[in-house]
Amino acid sequence: MQVNENKEFQPLIVAFCCNWCSYAGADLAGTNRLNYPDNIKIIRVPCSCRVNPMFILRAFQRGADGVILCGCHPGDCHYTSGNYFTRRRMTLLFSMLDFLGIERDRTRVEWVSAAEGAKFAATMNEFTEAVKKLGPNRRLEDLRCRKQ
Amino acid sequence: MQEAMINKAKQLLADGIVDRVIGWKRGEFVYDITPAIFETAEELEKDFVYDDFTAANVSKYLVKESKKEGKILAFLKPCDTYSFNQLIKEHRVVRENVYIVGIPGGPKLDAEKIKEKGITGILSVKNENYTLKIETVYGEETMPFYEAVLDKCASCKSKKHMIYDELLGEEGDVLDSNRFDMVEKLENMTAQERYDFWREQLSKCIRCNACRNVCPACTCEKCVFDNPDSGIENKAPADSFEENMFHIIRAFHVAGRCTDCGECSRVCPQNIPLHLLNRKFIKDINTFYGEYQAGEDTTSRAPLNEYKQSDCEANIVHERGAE
Amino acid sequence: MLKISLDKLDKLFEAVSASKALYVPTDREDGGAEYRKYESGMKLSSALNTVRSAKDFFFPQTENLVDFKMDGKSIEVIDVREEAEDFVIFGVRACDARSFTILDKVFLAEPVDSYYKNRREHGTVVTMACTRPAETCFCGTFGIDAASPEGDAACYSDGENLFIEAHNEKGQKFIDSVSSLLEEGDTSKLEETRSKTREILKKLPLADLTTDSFGGDKLNEYFNSDKWGVLSESCLGCGTCTFVCPTCQCYDIKDFNTGHGIKRFRCWDSCMYSDFTKMAHGNPRLTQLERFRQRFMHKLVYFPANNNGEFGCVGCGRCLSKCPISMNIVKVMKALEVK
Repeated sequence: MQVNENKEFQPLIVAFCCNWCSYAGADLAGTNRLNYPDNIKIIRVPCSCRVNPMFILRAFQRGADGVILCGCHPGDCHYTSGNYFTRRRMTLLFSMLDFLGIERDRTRVEWVSAAEGAKFAATMNEFTEAVKKLGPNRRLEDLRCRKQ
Repeated sequence: MQEAMINKAKQLLADGIVDRVIGWKRGEFVYDITPAIFETAEELEKDFVYDDFTAANVSKYLVKESKKEGKILAFLKPCDTYSFNQLIKEHRVVRENVYIVGIPGGPKLDAEKIKEKGITGILSVKNENYTLKIETVYGEETMPFYEAVLDKCASCKSKKHMIYDELLGEEGDVLDSNRFDMVEKLENMTAQERYDFWREQLSKCIRCNACRNVCPACTCEKCVFDNPDSGIENKAPADSFEENMFHIIRAFHVAGRCTDCGECSRVCPQNIPLHLLNRKFIKDINTFYGEYQAGEDTTSRAPLNEYKQSDCEANIVHERGAE
Repeated sequence: MLKISLDKLDKLFEAVSASKALYVPTDREDGGAEYRKYESGMKLSSALNTVRSAKDFFFPQTENLVDFKMDGKSIEVIDVREEAEDFVIFGVRACDARSFTILDKVFLAEPVDSYYKNRREHGTVVTMACTRPAETCFCGTFGIDAASPEGDAACYSDGENLFIEAHNEKGQKFIDSVSSLLEEGDTSKLEETRSKTREILKKLPLADLTTDSFGGDKLNEYFNSDKWGVLSESCLGCGTCTFVCPTCQCYDIKDFNTGHGIKRFRCWDSCMYSDFTKMAHGNPRLTQLERFRQRFMHKLVYFPANNNGEFGCVGCGRCLSKCPISMNIVKVMKALEVK
């Protein structure tokens, strides 16, 4: 028997977090010593609106198995309306990925405020589990980037 | 119609209202028609053509042409006027430098569809009561007109001109089209089936960029895919990921701005149904944010440049329908 | 000549594909044809030509050249070249067969391109004579006879049987490998078919096109011609003509960062693109006019100048049917030509 069979698949997850809310939320989760998986790699962005659809695709290209985008709650954007645009953009992008047959559960948008450390941890736990179930990203990966 | 157009163009040139005319020029065969600029009555007489094969949308050429000195006459089909309106909205054309004559549109013919029937050595094509009489080096062939119609014309959305200075022929209507049928059919498939469908289609891509370069909404001075500093510049799909990325981003960048003129699919040398990607965005925008038709006017805000507090959340995608 | 009945063609394919990779043109659902690796049950396309030319087999659109791995300050260079396996391409048309001769002049001249040479040596080209040329065909302009194609071995159909003859050792080897399926046949009906084809070739709309006014010594006449402006004004600057062309051979070499190493690869490039031959100082051809001119001057003047008068076009007609705005080498030749 192969040893690998017992080894659980560990997904790589990229979380784009807005500087003002979600990144602070992640920080709070940390200071409160709440657990969330180390599969999550956080990339801090000034606003969720900074995230170009290309960023999401390139995260998948570079080996991500799931991508989550976190921003301030609608209405709370530091720049007034950035996350409203994000919401439209990501809705359309995720719908397109789904249209191309790419598992829709690999992508998610979640609003996490600076006070919601617990929500951050819970969201990341849940998302990691969901992606784990899907297995490694094969439909939107770049074979050249796969580690041999 | 061709006669009337040549006369109109000659008259406008003679009256000094326009200095140049953009239209279509006859080729070696019946179907290989090239967009061209005409400056004199003689050129118009000799080469100007408008027939069942003049499908090319000339509105994108006006981005460059309208910035030159003098006024240019453009003959626009209904679908082309949507593209032109969108260009006005985005400040890509100088409206004052273009004199628009609206002309009746299609349905236009697709030479490839005739060839698909095994008809080859085509010398001439005549439409007689919606039967094509095709003269070839191997003898005469016939086929029904509607079987040779371009896909973009088969699902025509409108016969109404959105903008013109003058109209040749009658004003048409916005049509009830079946243009979202195929998108719906795909939506109803399983994710695996959709994946297989698109893999088969997109793996044909040779990255010739014809879809991008012909698109009247793709008017960036420098495309991100041509910019070595962008980190994603590429000239050939070296991996299936790059095929997906190019086509997702191409369609996404024109989401909310694409008028659904269908040129992308018309020019694809590999017959990839690229318009389906654009239509998917149009359909989603209509469903999520209310009916919107790009190019219908020159003032409304594009759906991706706007928002409502009551907009649906992105997880609507995850919640609807079966996997 | 040796022959096999057309309805036994699949037996021939089975036999060949049992020992090596066999590629045959097949029909796609969308109406286009493409070369696919033969699998049981596949049908040979009846289309005149595939959308993509056969050059892919020797000069693929993208190809890894070398890998690098970095570890601190040391760089490991990994040679990714592998000996290609023997393969057979069946059903190559006369135009595409000639394109290999043209590509050979580029890639097999010193310094020899080892990647190309490797594939070329392992590939056997079995051509197929045309019987139904299209209006876009003008191979005759370049001295190609569509009814008797070049290649390692050539096939001719008379509607019932497929006749095969070898042109060289490689072709003979191919025939020997399937000789049990072949039998001697009477070629009288074939001769009839071929002369019929030649009659049709003479009647094609582009049959009168000649290269008389072009060649390596015509640089000055054409480079500064005032016709380039009109010819190129509607060019979209896409790469369709270049990428469907069987003889276009320009490529770019790029590095791709995989995150854990570098892959150096080459990919087809198009002179129609704004970043073609871009150097530190920028692009030598700033306008679409210059880029458009480059493509046709290369085929009609520069290439013959460097290759004993051989033109860089085989008249396959792909660009005639695929250009989004229908501007092509025939229109350029007719516009420039000095009568």
